[in-house]
Amino acid sequence: MSKEHEHGMSVIVKTVTRLTVGLIFLYGMYIVLHGHITPGGGFAGGVIIALSFINLDLAFGGKVSGKVFSKGGTSLVEALGAVMFLALALMGLQYGGFFDNFLHPDGEPGDLVSAGIIPLENIAISLKVGAGLFGIFLTLIVLQKFESEKKQ
Amino acid sequence: MIELYVLLGLMIAGAIIAIEVKNLLSAVVAVGIVGLGLSIIFLLLKAPDVALTQIVVEIAAVILLIRATLHRDIALKPCGSRPFGGFLAILFLGLAVLAGALTFSGGLNPFGSPLMTVSEFYPMNAVAGTGAVNVVSSVILDYRAYDTLGEATVLFTAVVGVLTVMRSKGKKKEEDLQGNNE
Repeated sequence: MSKEHEHGMSVIVKTVTRLTVGLIFLYGMYIVLHGHITPGGGFAGGVIIALSFINLDLAFGGKVSGKVFSKGGTSLVEALGAVMFLALALMGLQYGGFFDNFLHPDGEPGDLVSAGIIPLENIAISLKVGAGLFGIFLTLIVLQKFESEKKQ
Repeated sequence: MIELYVLLGLMIAGAIIAIEVKNLLSAVVAVGIVGLGLSIIFLLLKAPDVALTQIVVEIAAVILLIRATLHRDIALKPCGSRPFGGFLAILFLGLAVLAGALTFSGGLNPFGSPLMTVSEFYPMNAVAGTGAVNVVSSVILDYRAYDTLGEATVLFTAVVGVLTVMRSKGKKKEEDLQGNNE
């Protein structure tokens, strides 16, 4: 690894990233929350959210987003998403069956608050996918980079 | 329909380049051509959900591949030739073509208008049944939520596998291993 990768990329890249990374994150949130109305959903939105963190890492070097999100933090959030998804499925057992849509009568079709548990499942999947992908990125790239630094 | 075949040709060219080229960065970029072409094809076939997922996953995969493979010394070893390799490849290809010909000898639906017997139910009843306007979402998270649970389990297993293999705690350090060898 060359020196510039450790401290991030050039000033141009850093400035553009600072301006756009929030918009990318917001777009991911929009895709997740509107998953039951427009194309998209938990998987795509979760990957976009993870990509916004990856964008930070690539532009500013590996140690910036590590302060926000450690490897253990990503594991925790990923497990939380999985447990939330399973808990939603199990709560349906009380009303009729596994994955029963027990919140369905609330809301008109087309509204943001509609479709029962589908938006909640989208949020759970986005937590799982986003944190899982970012954890893989941290493990495969950032931590390996630190190890190669130590060797040198 | 012509743009579909242009994209397909581009993807096949990208795949062949990715295999044949010696430079790792060029190979990764060629793999990216395949994925991005696939996402445009999904869009042309009117599947925006899958197109969105494909493009974001492809970007993440290309970033991971570039950062994980570049600056690494990965020696390209020519693999040894196998006896009967070409013969076996032709044999299995011929068997696959034969099985396909037997299966589809009754004729196929034209491209883009698939057989809709079971799935006809979902567009008719999804909005009233689940309240979700995006029918794809209502299928993957309500009617076929078991599929999504299985997919989530696959991803969970993959992440657990990566975190386990690449862990830093509990591994023997290199100096220890060298000390044992001496």
